[in-house]
Amino acid sequence: MSGLAMPKPDAATLSRRAEIVADLARIVPGEGVVDAVNEMRAFESDGLTAYRQLPLVVVLPETTAQVSKILKYCDERGIRVVPRGSGTSLSGGALPLEDAVLLVMSRFNAILDIDFMNRCVVAQPGVTNLGITRAVEEDGFYYAPDPSSQIACSIGGNVAENSGGVHCLKYGLTANNVLGVEMVLMNGEVVRLGGKHLDAEGYDLLGIMTGSEGLLGVVTEVTVRILRKPETARALLIGFPTSEQGGQCVADIIGAGIIPGGMEMMDRPAIHAAEDFVQAGYPLECEALLIVELDGPGVEVDHLIGLVEAIALRNGSTTCRISTSEEERLRFWAGRKAAFPAVGRISPDYYCMDGTIPRKELPRVLAGMRELSQQYGLRVANVFHAGDGNLHPLILYDANLPGELEKAEAFGADILRLCVKVGGVLTGEHGVGVEKRDLMPEMFSQADLDQQMRVKCAFDPNHLLNPGKVFPQLRRCAELGRMHIHAGKMPFPDIPRF
Amino acid sequence: MTTFTPTSAEEVLSAVQWAVSESAPLEILGHGSKRGIGRPPQTGHALDLSSLTGVTLYEPEELVLSARAGTPLAEIENLLAQNGQELAFEPMDYGPLLGGQQGRGTIGGALSANLSGPRRIKAGAARDHILGITAVSGRGEAFKAGGRVVKNVTGYDLSKAMAGSWGTLAAVTDVTFKVLPGAETETTLVLSGLLDDAAVAAMAVAMGSSAEVSGAAHLPETASARIDGLPKGAATVLRVEGFGPSVAYRINHLKQAFGLGAEAVTISAEASKRLWRAIRDCAPFADGTEKPVWRVSMAPNEAHRLVMALRMQTAADAFYDWAGGLAWLRMEHESEAELLRGLVKKLGGGYATLVRASAPQRAANAVFEPQPAALAALSARLKAEFDPQNILNPGRMG
Repeated sequence: MSGLAMPKPDAATLSRRAEIVADLARIVPGEGVVDAVNEMRAFESDGLTAYRQLPLVVVLPETTAQVSKILKYCDERGIRVVPRGSGTSLSGGALPLEDAVLLVMSRFNAILDIDFMNRCVVAQPGVTNLGITRAVEEDGFYYAPDPSSQIACSIGGNVAENSGGVHCLKYGLTANNVLGVEMVLMNGEVVRLGGKHLDAEGYDLLGIMTGSEGLLGVVTEVTVRILRKPETARALLIGFPTSEQGGQCVADIIGAGIIPGGMEMMDRPAIHAAEDFVQAGYPLECEALLIVELDGPGVEVDHLIGLVEAIALRNGSTTCRISTSEEERLRFWAGRKAAFPAVGRISPDYYCMDGTIPRKELPRVLAGMRELSQQYGLRVANVFHAGDGNLHPLILYDANLPGELEKAEAFGADILRLCVKVGGVLTGEHGVGVEKRDLMPEMFSQADLDQQMRVKCAFDPNHLLNPGKVFPQLRRCAELGRMHIHAGKMPFPDIPRF
Repeated sequence: MTTFTPTSAEEVLSAVQWAVSESAPLEILGHGSKRGIGRPPQTGHALDLSSLTGVTLYEPEELVLSARAGTPLAEIENLLAQNGQELAFEPMDYGPLLGGQQGRGTIGGALSANLSGPRRIKAGAARDHILGITAVSGRGEAFKAGGRVVKNVTGYDLSKAMAGSWGTLAAVTDVTFKVLPGAETETTLVLSGLLDDAAVAAMAVAMGSSAEVSGAAHLPETASARIDGLPKGAATVLRVEGFGPSVAYRINHLKQAFGLGAEAVTISAEASKRLWRAIRDCAPFADGTEKPVWRVSMAPNEAHRLVMALRMQTAADAFYDWAGGLAWLRMEHESEAELLRGLVKKLGGGYATLVRASAPQRAANAVFEPQPAALAALSARLKAEFDPQNILNPGRMG
């Protein structure tokens, strides 16, 4: 991946840079255009910091009308556009292109409507995920999806990536919690999908938009549903001598009809790193540590804790602690939440992967990872959204050692291939972006990818919006549209009979 | 007229390829249980997927089930029930409303119509539970999308694109759904005698409480009288599902919120299930007639205003699901689409679908809510990318 091939910059666009900057400044007056190199530095990378590229120019619109004008302007002139929210993407979804306008949505930062009667919030896309909860928590409500970057990541970016979080097994992903969006197409047209009602009719364009990684349109307004906060939450901290036992415990909990609010697993290296960092009181002798959080009315939580405890014992747990106070619950979580920085302390750099697997394959995948770890000579620590099979292996490496980043990336790619091989997928919540782009053929045939690209053609026929992301090889829409079967030319001498 | 009845995905591919090469439009069918919804198709041939059956994967502990698209929904629901699981989106059965049999319909049809039920407000619709598909596009090409795991953002979510597409984008051959544990028990609290606006306010209180209400419907007096087991008069019903002790606690919580004591009416277990099945399947209007029935989705606090505004101009029988956000309307007159949709627009938007009407009425009216120009153009482009020759269910959504 380090030798990442991005679309060839368009020389004509590069040569017209001054004119483009001036035109954009007319569309977004004031301080809405950033073209000085030192000021553009802040935008040259997102959460995937191994990749950097200065954009052609940065534009920060404030209104939907401005977004529409910018996109129309660029569409008519064949100028590429890369949209960006808070820039927290872990897959390089907001990586700039040398010849592309970087469209930064951070000034769309207002909450437009809080509607308790209809239990929804209407927000501009630059509002942070946590900002929505903050706006309604005084009244006892919250927005359920909680990606770990929630303090910084924007709700518009959440729509682009279909963000999850530790609570999504029970409460769903972004796609299940967004009711509507206003968006601008590359040709400048403004469309509304959904609203405060459920299930917009016609094709589920909202479903397609969610997780489309900024390739189909630019979201300018988001309506999300909000929920009443559960009355209480308690957690169990359960240690197992083997990951198999931990995995079986997870399966048995779900088999018993229990869907916990959160269910997280860590492996031995992750447990040790976290414990060294925050002293959460994690048992250090176990191979797998499970945090199970149950939320709801106290009587339900107490009832379920009893059931989960019994299941854990049946599966040979060596420790099982149950939080008795909010403080203790948060301490259980402290290690898990600090797992990434904790790993960052024991290694100069780490590379965070994001595959999903059928849960039962966990022991096999962990074993495969151990083998790969030896083969590549790099350590790996694992945190795992155990309820939904979303695995985050953290590969430890040192970017200052020549060739080590490439080695870490090759290791990561092998892990993802393994995930696909056991029936899983390349990415559970971080997105394909540029990072996993070239691995897409591991999961999809050319026919599958072609059909996805045709969807892109319906939204952006000239491939101007965020090109170089998601698809390993962009094919022209005219070529994709060509039919392989033609009327009259008979692949079928007869009507098929069956 | 040729009817293809493929028994494998390969045969579906052959049939669609034949249709493409002959420019011969196909009606895509499962059991035909929802055939009465949408514009009558303009096709000379049919692709009947009801023989493409069988559950191909079911792993209860992984919460996942895969099946061929023509597998009967009833068969899948039975299999899940044997393992204490269910399709949490509670797919409605249009049979009784459309004058057909009960218990028909395929899993592919459930996806294509994006079915849901009263639990939509908590658990979502078919779109929220589909994990992956394989399908044959109107280009005569097989493709897959999604996978078998819940958390997956690899590529565009073309599985969701099939939800509510009524077979106009691709002939789906295989589906993979997320399944969930069914509730141990359920209880419904009945609030009696509320007028529509008071009922909607009460449902907002219930939905905004921590009682985790999984069904909130209001049946005005006439609708209530057509459902067995409800006390006389208007009934606002609130369903709570889950583990026994939790259900009891949360029902109590709701009673307190409404200042109700021992006199409060509750309906439990099987009787509650029957009640919600009746609401789900629009039983109050399953009257064996072809009187127009509309399904209107709006912001929860707006649908009752729509009904009041409508009644100033015409006769409309109504009841509400989704905490007020779904209004079922039975009209006395045909051709009131413009009036109805004008009011929906005026009251904050949403959509109105003509789910029951005579074939001539369905041919003459836009069954689905007409879209603004830019959105309609985008939808048309999407259709063309999947089905450039308009081979699959042409005109059905038109």
